[in-house]
Amino acid sequence: MKEIRIHGRGGQGSVTAAELLAVAAFADGKFSQAFPAFGVERRGAPVQSFTRLNDKPIRLRSQVYQPDYVIVQDPTLIEVVDVAYGIKDTGTIIINSEFNPENFKFDSNAKVMTVDATKIALDIIGRPIVNTVLMGAFSAATKQIKPESIANAVKNRFPGKIGEKNAEAIEKAYSITMEATV
Amino acid sequence: MAILREADKDKMTVVEGSYAVAHAVKVCRPHVISAYPITPQTHIVEELSQFIADGEIPNCAYMNVESEFSALSALVGSAATGARCYSATTSQGLALMHEVLFNFSGLRLPMVMTIVNRALSAPINIWNDQQDSISQRDTGWIQLYAEDIQEASDMIAQAYKISEDKDVLLPAMVCMDGFILSHVYEPLVLLEEDLTNEYLKPYETNYKLDPKNPLSFGAFADPSSYTEFRYLQQQAMDKAINKVEEAADEFKELYGRYYGGVIDTYMTEDADIILCAMGSIIGTLRDVVDNLRSNGKKVGLLKVRAFRPFPAEAIKQAVSNTSVIVALDKNISIGLNEGALLTELKSILYNTNLNMPVIGFSIGHGGRDIPEKTIEDIVQKAENVIKSGISHESEFVDLREDLI
Repeated sequence: MKEIRIHGRGGQGSVTAAELLAVAAFADGKFSQAFPAFGVERRGAPVQSFTRLNDKPIRLRSQVYQPDYVIVQDPTLIEVVDVAYGIKDTGTIIINSEFNPENFKFDSNAKVMTVDATKIALDIIGRPIVNTVLMGAFSAATKQIKPESIANAVKNRFPGKIGEKNAEAIEKAYSITMEATV
Repeated sequence: MAILREADKDKMTVVEGSYAVAHAVKVCRPHVISAYPITPQTHIVEELSQFIADGEIPNCAYMNVESEFSALSALVGSAATGARCYSATTSQGLALMHEVLFNFSGLRLPMVMTIVNRALSAPINIWNDQQDSISQRDTGWIQLYAEDIQEASDMIAQAYKISEDKDVLLPAMVCMDGFILSHVYEPLVLLEEDLTNEYLKPYETNYKLDPKNPLSFGAFADPSSYTEFRYLQQQAMDKAINKVEEAADEFKELYGRYYGGVIDTYMTEDADIILCAMGSIIGTLRDVVDNLRSNGKKVGLLKVRAFRPFPAEAIKQAVSNTSVIVALDKNISIGLNEGALLTELKSILYNTNLNMPVIGFSIGHGGRDIPEKTIEDIVQKAENVIKSGISHESEFVDLREDLI
């Protein structure tokens, strides 16, 4: 089983991203489960959401304590939340940042990757909404979910032009991250 | 957990638990829905009001009310006309319905209500435990508990079948853990409309409010007859035991999915230790049982699906060869220091030849997470009971000493 934790701020679509990863993974033939860190958070406050992926039905209902992957939507969260908490040494932390991974130091051997999701979102979608962009980067960085499955999940959730733009941004983030991983 | 799920994979879709339940309600063809929104139940009633606004539930009225008390009161009148009724609530909302719950069951009216289990105030807490439904134990309602969203939605159809059975005629709560199930996205088969048309026939009764054939409901019952009304309610609950089993068997036959009848067992046959619980914790327990079994520990799981009627005979049979029973309760009777399952398990085993120790743990209050490690520690304590007897019959787990 693979476990994903998404850090964001209220309003950034962290819960939606977790759900869409679950939808996309299931389309790929995996079993999946997505849930929010059930809080009373407001817009702008730190929030978390989780996705589990497995080859067989998922029965576990506890929170995620040792994620394989962490996605950070807002790098300023790193100052207030221990985003690397519990991550496996074999894991990967994907951060929305214009800076190189070397700029981020965590008390963990997990791999750190960065993608300038805000720039991609502004260029293609026209708004700094990065949740779908980071899903594209996740696909490239982890190979856990096919990029087209993610794009389809996003297009189904947001039909029309918005979905098309998001799919384009996912593709862009995927190809940029693929180049960075070779 | 549902059997035959792998075979269903091509029929599955990934949706939120609340949507799955709302969809199941839709295909059960209710006539009247009345509910008052309250976290974490809101998504269910939002979806249902959307379905009705979109004309997707023909011949169904959504009655807006100003409180949970009014919601259930409105449904008393609706159900008395022979309408199929639905509501959903949680926590304080269910507490506010308390008085009307007795009216519903006493009038012998069927309906189904989803309880999205949540803790009670004070202190205010919107997260999951099962204190709300357990506190309505003696209201004469059937109470069923679901382990995942497939079961929480399929159980709606089963609950209508049981509730509307002429030998039963009692309202039913389908309980699902708040947030853990109501807000989770996972794959399931949305309750099939065509199969449900076959499984759940229209509700027909000779006893209904009808101007052409006037009847009185809820008339005065003085001491010369009140006792018999109570006795007949108890008889109906007794009959509901078999009806729960039949509803599950018929569902399996038609839909190919099965979660147990009044109980479900997992690896109990040769178990030294049997963990007994209700609701979404069952999924985690299945994983823990598998892990412990691979380490040679003989642990089994007893899932209680029906808390009312309480499945005494089925449980006695399931535990007859075990060394210790462990009740895991997301509720507590303050002043007795016992959760409801612990109390009921001890009570059904007394006056029998079964005298294995029963211990209980208060767990998951107000949304406190239940990691696998917590369950493994509990199993360790159960092993100590086998070796050296009971030291604590009932205790809280994972207490934060720094806050006490």
